[in-house]
Amino acid sequence: SVSSIVPESCLLIVVGLLVGGLIKGVGEKPPILKSDIFFLFLLPPIILDAGYFLPLRPFTENLGTILIFAVVGTLWNAFFLGGLMYAVCQLGGPGLNHIGLLANLLFGSIISAVDPVAVLAVFEEIHINELLHILVFGESLLNDAVTVVLYHLFEEFASFEQVTILDIILGFLSFFVVSLGGVLVGVIYGVIAAFTSRFTSHIRVIEPLFVFLYSYMAYLSAELFHLSGIMALIAAGVVMRPYVEANISHKSHTTIKYFLKMWSSVSETLIFIFLGVSTVAGHHYWNWTFVISTLFFCLIARVLGVLVLTWFINKFRIVKLTPKDQFIIAYGGLRGAIAFSLGYLLDYKHFGMRDMFLTAIITVIFFTVFVQGMTIRPLVDLLAVKKKQETKRSINEEIHTQFLDHLLTGIEDICGHYGHHHWKDKLNRFNKKYVKKCLIAGERSKEPQLIAFYHKMEMKQAIELVESGGIGKIPSAVSTVSIQNINPQTLPLERVLPALSKDKEEEIRKILRTNLQKTRQRLRSYNRHTLVADPYEEAWNQMLLRRQKARQLEQKMNNYLTVPAHRVDSPTMSRARIGSDPLAYEPKEDSENLPIITIDPASPQSPESVDLMSEEPKGCGGLPPSPEEDEEGLVMRVKEPSSPGTDDVFTPGTSDSPSSQRMLRCLSDPGPRPEPEEGEPFIPKGQ
Amino acid sequence: TSEQIEHLHRRFKQLSQDQLTIRKENFDSIPDLEFNPIRGKIVHAFFDKRNLRQESDGLAEEITFEDFLTIMSYFRPIEMNMDEEQLERFRKEKLKFLFHMYDSDHDGKITLQEYRNVVEELLSGNPHLEKESARSIADGAMMEAASICVGQMGPDQVYEGITFEDFLKMWQGIDIETKMHVRFLNVDTIAHCY
Repeated sequence: SVSSIVPESCLLIVVGLLVGGLIKGVGEKPPILKSDIFFLFLLPPIILDAGYFLPLRPFTENLGTILIFAVVGTLWNAFFLGGLMYAVCQLGGPGLNHIGLLANLLFGSIISAVDPVAVLAVFEEIHINELLHILVFGESLLNDAVTVVLYHLFEEFASFEQVTILDIILGFLSFFVVSLGGVLVGVIYGVIAAFTSRFTSHIRVIEPLFVFLYSYMAYLSAELFHLSGIMALIAAGVVMRPYVEANISHKSHTTIKYFLKMWSSVSETLIFIFLGVSTVAGHHYWNWTFVISTLFFCLIARVLGVLVLTWFINKFRIVKLTPKDQFIIAYGGLRGAIAFSLGYLLDYKHFGMRDMFLTAIITVIFFTVFVQGMTIRPLVDLLAVKKKQETKRSINEEIHTQFLDHLLTGIEDICGHYGHHHWKDKLNRFNKKYVKKCLIAGERSKEPQLIAFYHKMEMKQAIELVESGGIGKIPSAVSTVSIQNINPQTLPLERVLPALSKDKEEEIRKILRTNLQKTRQRLRSYNRHTLVADPYEEAWNQMLLRRQKARQLEQKMNNYLTVPAHRVDSPTMSRARIGSDPLAYEPKEDSENLPIITIDPASPQSPESVDLMSEEPKGCGGLPPSPEEDEEGLVMRVKEPSSPGTDDVFTPGTSDSPSSQRMLRCLSDPGPRPEPEEGEPFIPKGQ
Repeated sequence: TSEQIEHLHRRFKQLSQDQLTIRKENFDSIPDLEFNPIRGKIVHAFFDKRNLRQESDGLAEEITFEDFLTIMSYFRPIEMNMDEEQLERFRKEKLKFLFHMYDSDHDGKITLQEYRNVVEELLSGNPHLEKESARSIADGAMMEAASICVGQMGPDQVYEGITFEDFLKMWQGIDIETKMHVRFLNVDTIAHCY
């Protein structure tokens, strides 16, 4: 199919071309991508999305490499290209002779920056491994500082009569000011945003607004002072994220996530379409020599730069970059709309050859996006580059990673070596002691990372389970491992988990309640009056499925959710709860009769339990006898296998009454219950 | 490399106060180690005979410089010219070191109690926490480990503990050989600070 060959960005540009052509054909003047619209409205959402969801761990681990690529690489590209183009211009005949060195250097700096939008658009689709992704992407983000400095520098110089050494030195210093200043602005706004989010517990609805607002203000403030807006935005997102996420509600978090993704998608689409339209609409001045040599030297500069830098960087890296990696990094150096907009910003007074520059820029952009973008996927497959592994973060991994961190820090201390881990550890401690107290509301500030992670996982699992339980699918790959499997001795009479805060509990309960009510309603339609012999079989299977699912649901619930055990249940009941194996009770099919399955209601108060029902073979599809099931839509009766030995978790002799010997397989219906503190609604009431 | 060994030797002398061997108490003189929640385990690992490649089990009283080096060698970074087999061996060694740290009673398995112990220690930096939470986390993690390693289990099967093979399985996703290393750059200036 087309979409697997052609990346989305290419298609969008083509669409833009068509639209532009259409508009021109009609006789109207098509709109051009104006720079201020681009920089003020289209670019920030994409960068914020990237910064807020930046995977921090791989980023900081590779920060040195990324910085070297971004700074040194871009500088190299700019000067190499600028210098060579100057040479070309001098040799290129009358049309090009008048272009000075500065103009060429400016051109070089515009076109040498790897573009984050284009990189994102293409790399998203090829699912390359995390390391390469973060290297190229990080480089594209951080080179903005270099680009901004060089651009403004050369632009200023072009209007000077003469450039002195002092100017050059000042220019060099301004690089640090721009980049560090941008980061500082971002950090300040990030801290303010985190601090604000601490007090939003009563106005949850506008929490996402603060995130967006403060980030945008960071961007604008930085751009105002000609600092690097992109770096400010990234810094703000990175700084505010851990604190804001600890403070805001789950719904706000979802809102932020989806809004950011939405805005960045829209922006990206618009950018590419506008690129296409602008190509058609703009004034072009095609000069073969200039354009072709630009393209050619761009590629060469990139490849050379990557090779040399990698050779240098590999001396300091533990995980070396292989030639395959280097190739992908070089090939992934895509140019995009930022270059175009910067070129568009040039004014005619100083740069009469602006049109030619723009043409060349557009050509390079098209080439990189189309040719490199389209071919990178087959190349990745061809070279067998490692792809991204879809692993879910498990609690084990988290424990191990933390353990390893502490271990390495300890070893470093023993060696007396102040390495990475040492400083990271110090930062963490500082964070925990002072910063978290200020920026995170209430008791969450004391929560260690492991607990927070566990909470998150619990919530996710609970919600997942319930949602899948309500829809009627059996959760795949359900592990039947329960607490009994790993710890047979203890009687888990009380499974106390870190007490979820009251409103979280309520949230969970509400979700569970609503989903279960749905199930119940669906079951209701199978009541004994409507069931007839034939559709019975099918309904029977459905009920069986639901029963299994319900058991699994119950089992998982019991394993994970808070059980403030206000009542000490009998050992029988707790074992029944915990040790239940959903598959142990396959009803034995009777060949002639419809099977009888009898489950005793959990307790005399059972009107609240929903049981699944079948019909008895005796009589003509008649009514099951027990009167108390009248309220329930569905009651299923399971006849226990007579020997208690089949149920292995069951200690014989605890109680004599036949009902206590039956294992309970009911899904209790929480219903609209008066007191929520009864404990977990799913636990069948003990006898 | 030789300069790394020399540096370690200097450090060793510092720790042991110019004696030939180090005992557990010598480790107390490192101030930063106090903050480390698993310092007990780390110090213990230095004296663990299994790590010192001795045949016996149990704890050594004191370690010499050679032993110190042996332990440090677990944290060597990988070299470019290693082939697959060497890498695999390297990886196994490092994981074995970790495994010994978890498995405190030296029975070759990480039982639930030991795992709980580990989680408790990890969380011990935080005084507000009750033991129950650590226990439940460890339980959850253990269940997960069991489901990864053994898959579906009936209710009567008991999962004894994590053996070394299971441990290897759990770590499959993570590149231990790249993560578990300590760099030795520019250490001279710092070592004299003590």
